[in-house]
Amino acid sequence: MHAAVVVFPGSNRESDVARALRRSGARVSMVWHADHDLPAGTDLAVLPGGFSYGDYLRCGAIAGRAAAMDAVRAHAARGGLVLGICNGFQILCESGLLPGVLMRNVNRRFICHRQTLRVERTDTRFTSAYQKGQVIDVCVAHGEGNYFADPETLARIEGEGRVAFRYCDAAGTITVEANRNGSLNAIAGVYSEAGNVLGMMPHPENFVEGLIGGTDGRGLFDSLAA
Amino acid sequence: MKARIIVTLKTGVLDPQGKAIEAALKSLGIDGIDSVRQGKVFDLEVSAADGPTAEATLRTACEKLLANTVVENYAIEIL
Repeated sequence: MHAAVVVFPGSNRESDVARALRRSGARVSMVWHADHDLPAGTDLAVLPGGFSYGDYLRCGAIAGRAAAMDAVRAHAARGGLVLGICNGFQILCESGLLPGVLMRNVNRRFICHRQTLRVERTDTRFTSAYQKGQVIDVCVAHGEGNYFADPETLARIEGEGRVAFRYCDAAGTITVEANRNGSLNAIAGVYSEAGNVLGMMPHPENFVEGLIGGTDGRGLFDSLAA
Repeated sequence: MKARIIVTLKTGVLDPQGKAIEAALKSLGIDGIDSVRQGKVFDLEVSAADGPTAEATLRTACEKLLANTVVENYAIEIL
């Protein structure tokens, strides 16, 4: 597994996600946003968290049009894997690789806390190391994570089983309290139509070492590197 | 020529910032404002020779970057 992590001005989680990928056995290259190509042999393109372009205009809007994103789009069109975390999810929505948009959190606050998620599917390249319905303990840290899509798009996403993760309580129940950013249908992560692109707001890369507080994020990187 | 682009949230899209401003206006005792929706204004200098060419350029700018048409509408004014 060769992963290419795309670094934008203002990205700040690239080292953490690279470390998590290496831990699971992946080979990792860093790609600058102005590059026009991904390294030859790239299996997985990763858009890390952060505040690309200072969140100017809209979160992910300017990064979504960066030169490297043309390469990521071409990689996705060939069936290559793409993972966007937090700001990376916002960039995927802004670039048209995923449907919908991440709006300001419903409580208007930046939220930063541990968050339980329900794994909706395990028959994907991203989640095969988890159990279906498993509740994982990860972290969220964002101001704009409120997933929104128009009713037709939302119905299509749900109908095609493209929700990857939902915000839930510790027992796996979807509650209003557990969905603190106000996302429609408590959506925390979404797959593309072909299933090779995943965007998610929570940070699995935060929790890959027990020393740091948890290891539930490992499953995602282990699945990808398997 | 000068142009102005106004980007607003589509009807039905939740606007937490607009709601906060609405509440702030009420708390300041400014009565008579029923609702607030926040948007963005872009003032642009366009080098196009005529209005239709400028409008075409601005439309492309809105579709490609200035507005996210999933949740936003835009209006172009040639000033």
